[in-house]
Amino acid sequence: MSETRTGSVTNFDAWKHAYAARAANLSVSEVRALFSVVSRPEVVSLAGGMPDVSALDGDLIEKAFRSLMSNRRNYALQYGGGQGDLRLREQIQEIMALDGVHGSVEDLMITTGSQHALELLADLFLDQGDVVLVEAPSYVGAVGIFRHKEAHIEHVFTDGDGISPEALAEAADRLIEQGRKVKLLYLVPNFANPSGVTLTAERRAQVLQVCRERGILIIEDNPYGLLYFDQKPPEALRAMDAEGVVYLGSFSKILSPGLRVGYVLAPPAIREKLVLANESAILSPATFAQMMVSEYLSLSDWQGQIDTYRKLYATKRDAALEALAQYLPRVETTRPQGGFFLWLTLPEGLNSKEMLPLAVNELVAYTPGTAFYGDGRGANNIRVCFSHPTAENVKVGIKRLSNVVNLQLDLLDTFGAKD
Amino acid sequence: MQPTILVLAGGISHERDVSLKSGRRVADALTDAGAAVDIREPDSELFGHLLATRPDVVWSTLHGSVGEDGSLQDLLRLARIPFVGSDADGARLAWNKPAAKIVLKRQGVQTPDSITLPKSTFRELNAEAVLALVATEMSFPLIVKPAKSGSAQGVSKVENAQSFAKAMVDAFVYCDQVMIEKFVEGTELAVSIVDLGFGPRALPAVEVEPNSGAFGYQERYVPGETNYYVPARLRPADLERAAELALLAHNALRLRHLSRIDIIVDSEGTPWFLEANVTPGMTETSLFPQAVIADGESLSDAYLSIALAALRS
Repeated sequence: MSETRTGSVTNFDAWKHAYAARAANLSVSEVRALFSVVSRPEVVSLAGGMPDVSALDGDLIEKAFRSLMSNRRNYALQYGGGQGDLRLREQIQEIMALDGVHGSVEDLMITTGSQHALELLADLFLDQGDVVLVEAPSYVGAVGIFRHKEAHIEHVFTDGDGISPEALAEAADRLIEQGRKVKLLYLVPNFANPSGVTLTAERRAQVLQVCRERGILIIEDNPYGLLYFDQKPPEALRAMDAEGVVYLGSFSKILSPGLRVGYVLAPPAIREKLVLANESAILSPATFAQMMVSEYLSLSDWQGQIDTYRKLYATKRDAALEALAQYLPRVETTRPQGGFFLWLTLPEGLNSKEMLPLAVNELVAYTPGTAFYGDGRGANNIRVCFSHPTAENVKVGIKRLSNVVNLQLDLLDTFGAKD
Repeated sequence: MQPTILVLAGGISHERDVSLKSGRRVADALTDAGAAVDIREPDSELFGHLLATRPDVVWSTLHGSVGEDGSLQDLLRLARIPFVGSDADGARLAWNKPAAKIVLKRQGVQTPDSITLPKSTFRELNAEAVLALVATEMSFPLIVKPAKSGSAQGVSKVENAQSFAKAMVDAFVYCDQVMIEKFVEGTELAVSIVDLGFGPRALPAVEVEPNSGAFGYQERYVPGETNYYVPARLRPADLERAAELALLAHNALRLRHLSRIDIIVDSEGTPWFLEANVTPGMTETSLFPQAVIADGESLSDAYLSIALAALRS
């Protein structure tokens, strides 16, 4: 803090005049401040999309670390190539094959989480005003990136079977007719964040067709595909179209988000530009983190670990649905067959963002639905993440959430102030 | 020998984030001054820790009820640990905005007319009828705010009947009692008070001019959203009256060591008391540290002096 402002005016930001216009899209909010209580142990957080890393066998990580330090120490502590470690890319081929995706190691690039891949792609493709088609609702991190790039975010009707191909075609045609450049379709087709819904096989083929006909590149983000409960999701879109789909994957949900390792599989021309963009932004993805993942995959029964996660999250999903039926019977919910999330629709008139202060009092946290839209929708929705708390705490959290809902309903009934 | 100081920050409240930022700023400044500073959250082990380590002084930057409603102050007194800031009675009075206004009103201080109502009143007496009565008798614009809260959370300026009910709901999510206050047009000031044991002293008034027109949460904590004028752009006589009011409020509420008194000065130059804060924000954009710097002192020196005053008292 400057200490020479006596008799002067300040706004505490001497560079306000110098920011790029797009920086206006970066601002803190009261909601974000309310989220700070999430770190308190008394608060049950149904907010952050975090894996339950307590279910990860710590010995496996230690084994990977010891092996890395013994065998590849100098490599792990050095700069790496911009495209990422070759051995890890080979191992990723094996993981992608589980979703029916086959691609050359030459077309794979490692990123700092798949979020980084999305940022690079947005930077590569989006000029101000360009259109990105997304599900309704869509992943908050993607909405944030597209907003920061000053893109036009168009939410397309989505139901229990995923994004509607008819609505997709209608939205694309309407916007093209308006003279807009419709560049990208961003999708989380498996157990989507935040809705938990999965795009059906039939619709996948139709979505590919719609985009192919209109020259729209699909970004298929698949962090949850291996975390199915009973039945594998349909084959990835990338498995059906190698030219029209950029495929994103991540170790954040099947191993650890703390390592920040993700990847992108892209057609060669796009991959070429992505590697240059990656080098420009960060020189190389963190070698140490890549090597840790690689050692883990080499030395551990990683598929067995994914099985452990599947069973655990299925139990938590069941706990969440059971608690919702018991405590919030008037609330509609999706019933995901994998992943981390439930999408709740509250009784009409409730605004999930406005009732967050009550949630702080009740020691529960959730993410308001508006976070998952770029156009202000979602006011009466809530994303519940059941993956991180224990199953017992998931129930406690939903019981507390019911108190919040009832208190707010009481207030709205009293004041007749429903939206 | 420099004192050992335990800074409390965080807690479970709507202002947790502000408290954490304030606590770190205070801890940094005290460390720069040479004090041995520890910073921690209030939790189930706090008093065990306090009794085991017995710091020379506790400096709480906890906002919300846990830090400002007098309970923490009472417990620190029972534990015989010196602490910065008002004692329990002063904190309780200031935390309860309507009660503080009554005390000041009895001292002849101008404060906007207000009415404070609990949720139950609206439920029992028909909210529509109650709001209509208030609107008719008090007339718009009105300020609706939680009776016990801070950082402008849940505060709305209501211009017409259509937005009245919504403003009430927004305030009631923070507190079970809501104060409806007449809006006074004027210059918004914060007058910080420091008392090192030789009588309270008013620091230069800080005038706030938010870009949006309302000094809300974003305007308080996001750099660039508000222009701060130090000293305020008022006539010296008006500034003097505002300082007198702030000192009177500090004394009447029996506050200690430091406080921040929020005031509106109307076009006639009359200062109106709005509220008193016993745990003023200490973030990078907060009003109290601005006043300290405008007074010509470094934050380190000023905060250490305050901590030493607490140790003496």
